[in-house]
Amino acid sequence: MKKLAWWKILCIVLLFYTLIAGFLFDVPRREIFNETIRNLYFHVTMWFSMIIIFGVSVYNALRYLRHNKPIYDYYASEAAKMGIVFGIMGLLTGMMWARFTWYMADGGYWSGDPKQNMTVIGLLIYLAYFVLRGSLTDDQQRARISAVYNIFAFSALIPLLYILPRMVASLHPGSAENSFDIYNNINAQMRSVFYPAVIGWTLLGWWIVTLRVRLIKAHQRFIDKEYEQELVKS
Amino acid sequence: MRKIFKKLTFVIAFISLSFINLYAQGGDVAKAKKPFDAPMADALRASGKIYVVVVVLGIVLTGIFIYLISLDRKIKKIEQEVQG
Repeated sequence: MKKLAWWKILCIVLLFYTLIAGFLFDVPRREIFNETIRNLYFHVTMWFSMIIIFGVSVYNALRYLRHNKPIYDYYASEAAKMGIVFGIMGLLTGMMWARFTWYMADGGYWSGDPKQNMTVIGLLIYLAYFVLRGSLTDDQQRARISAVYNIFAFSALIPLLYILPRMVASLHPGSAENSFDIYNNINAQMRSVFYPAVIGWTLLGWWIVTLRVRLIKAHQRFIDKEYEQELVKS
Repeated sequence: MRKIFKKLTFVIAFISLSFINLYAQGGDVAKAKKPFDAPMADALRASGKIYVVVVVLGIVLTGIFIYLISLDRKIKKIEQEVQG
């Protein structure tokens, strides 16, 4: 049995810590929130992981444009996929949380929160990234054009998720009419679970990204080898 | 680059874990001020059944990790086959 890489072990440790501490540690007592304040470790971390993984994706897109090596394109596209998964998870968990915490009476899953709407736009922009990739057949062309699009998608995400929702009323902290002051309501103990949780979830996403990239690399090497053998035969 | 990343992750993990100490001082004061203002799952905790949830989720998490590790190994085997 080969030893697991240090960061994979860190990922496992941090996620088990998130689970145990996330359910058993004390949390501040707040009206309306009640126990759902623990969703900070599961819903909010999805968004943090998403933006970090999208950041990795755009970083690899930039590296591709600089060095023209296909490996960076593999990382960029696989990280973008993982980011979309985190985004969808964040959206679904947020819908559950809001439906049963703030909208018990109205009973709608889609509350039309500005952050919710903007996220869908952001995710659609990222889905278009894969539509774009699918429509180009030449490897180099696909890699370069999608790298440029990746930069656009990431820059579009910043105002959509972090600026526009804060200018209007929203359930989310930091928005115009929100009484929830994150600096006073999240205490040090919650931070001690929250930040390790962010690292844990992000590492889990990164682990999956590396697995998929390794599979693509192996497949590519296999194709290259077959091609070489064909050349030798002819 | 890799080394820096490695160190950085550990430093961040360490810093965030060290918040526990901070809480030990601040949390009790906050609790003393407002004892039972908001309803929480106290009964759930008193009966001890919250641990059942933790264990169940622990099983799920363990399953996911076993699956991931086995995938990791399988891909490593494919890599070695392709290279060899």
